[in-house]
Amino acid sequence: MLAPLEERIEALAYPLEQEVLIDASAVTALDTSGAWLLHRTALALQKRGRRVRIEGLRPEFEALLRLIESRTVALGAPAPPTPSMLVRLGLNSWEGLRGAYGLLSFLGEATVALARSIPDPRRIRWRAIAYNLQTAGFEALPICGLLSFLLGIVIAYQGAQQLQRFGANLYIADLVGLSMVRELSPLITAIIVAGRSGSAYAAQIGTMKVTEEVDALRTIGVGPLDLLVLPKVAALVIALPLLTVYTDIMGVLGGMIMARAQLQVSFTTFLNRLQEAVSLTSYAIGIGKAPVFAVIIALVGCYQGFRVTGSAESVGRQTTVSVVQSIFLVILSDALFSIAFSWLKL
Amino acid sequence: MTEAVLEVRDLNTRFGRAVVHAGVSFTVRRGEVFALAGASGCGKTTLLREMIVLQAPVSGSIRIFGQEVTGLGDEEALALRRRWGVMFERGALFSALTVTENVAMVLEEHTGLSAQLRTEVAAVKIALTGLPPDAGQNYPSELSGGMRKRAALARALALDPELLFLDEPTAGLDPLSAGGIDELVRQLRDALGLTIMMVTHDLDLLWRTADRVAVLGDGHILGIGTMPELAKSEHPLVHEYFYGPRGRAAREQAWNRR
Repeated sequence: MLAPLEERIEALAYPLEQEVLIDASAVTALDTSGAWLLHRTALALQKRGRRVRIEGLRPEFEALLRLIESRTVALGAPAPPTPSMLVRLGLNSWEGLRGAYGLLSFLGEATVALARSIPDPRRIRWRAIAYNLQTAGFEALPICGLLSFLLGIVIAYQGAQQLQRFGANLYIADLVGLSMVRELSPLITAIIVAGRSGSAYAAQIGTMKVTEEVDALRTIGVGPLDLLVLPKVAALVIALPLLTVYTDIMGVLGGMIMARAQLQVSFTTFLNRLQEAVSLTSYAIGIGKAPVFAVIIALVGCYQGFRVTGSAESVGRQTTVSVVQSIFLVILSDALFSIAFSWLKL
Repeated sequence: MTEAVLEVRDLNTRFGRAVVHAGVSFTVRRGEVFALAGASGCGKTTLLREMIVLQAPVSGSIRIFGQEVTGLGDEEALALRRRWGVMFERGALFSALTVTENVAMVLEEHTGLSAQLRTEVAAVKIALTGLPPDAGQNYPSELSGGMRKRAALARALALDPELLFLDEPTAGLDPLSAGGIDELVRQLRDALGLTIMMVTHDLDLLWRTADRVAVLGDGHILGIGTMPELAKSEHPLVHEYFYGPRGRAAREQAWNRR
């Protein structure tokens, strides 16, 4: 094998004479790597001002060596220097800013595309919307339902121990009802959908970019935004509020079961109290946040998909970014909603 | 020159009820440029995938370097796979690595060379395939189709294989790049003593490089031999293949060159 040979050649002590003769008559097999090793050894010696002759090589190996000599390029090209910390910080910040700007202009483009398709309903891709409703909405029912049910149980269980101390058993309905309906159920639904569908959007569009399908759409005269983005946004804007209604019900159901088990609050008592505790405004606020989250998730997923360049690795990276970014933006906007509603005293 | 490197015997392949190969047999000898030709969808690539142990035939035998390869697992096939190189039709270069890294990665997996020598050997292979030196730093997505094929060839050559499988080496290339590939295939065979098994329907490539050609059609080998021999074949499909308008042009060109 070549590796031990490499080490042995490295370790050789060369005679000090001007001319070095390499006797290659004992070479019985030579491949291109071996020929290169021989050639580079000779090159290294020549660089140090020696004359090198290679003798005794079989004719076919001689030909191979000539081929390597003729094709070989100047080597030792220095690797590009790694930038310093400060430069990298600057580059990263610039990238981040450009990403934010890109997301904003993507939002603008999508809005324009939407505005253009509204007066011309034939341009709306109803089939794509229906398909996305099924995959992002209907098929998400089991997982969203299960998780919010469990979340309802957890909240009721934690609350039960505190409320029992004050004998305020009945207020479990307030705790579970308000926290689930107003805050947690829209949030958990959005997070699940961001992980399930937002990532799928990024991966789908990203792969289509790698295989030039997006360019193909353009040449056929179909706007990628019309076909790939708008139906997803539309479907998610419809699906996410509906999913939130469903997770509201499942979450409250989980809390209700836990209330009866831990606090002996019957279902009827719980439901009666729930009607008083959760105002229509709170319910509407919870559901009303869902379309905003939907727009964020769909747009971020699609935008990151369009940012994919060239490689399979890039698809993976942008998919990760899409999930992280959409969950971040969902929680951020949820916080902004809370501040706004407290100003409005809702 | 008569030692058999690759032997296919009575090979049968079916996908469900569709028969792809029915009793295909041929032998490739050492140092030969052997081509498998035939119309699109006749099972050329399937046969190639069976030879490189990515797919198993229903029955029959494929012997490479005297060893049966059908039914081998990845572990057992490894020793054989190190002795051959494969160039896929669309290159299949790793998109996250530069061209040099694509070649060096194979060396890293299978040899104990130092990082410095690995990069150098990779550069040598890249130079051998006729790519400009600075192409090594590029990512596959930054290369043109012809350059990508050459880069894929450089990776296939990384371990100095004895046997090289080429799947459609000229498909999708302009005539000039395709001509370059023709030249390259011949040079590699002459300089490195490679045995080359290629799958192609490019008549120019067949005329210019192949020592022997097997024409596949209807699941059978319709004809096997040198190009001039095949051109005399009576079989209607083979005749059609060689005497269709494009076949005639390629043949005339080949004669003019000789």
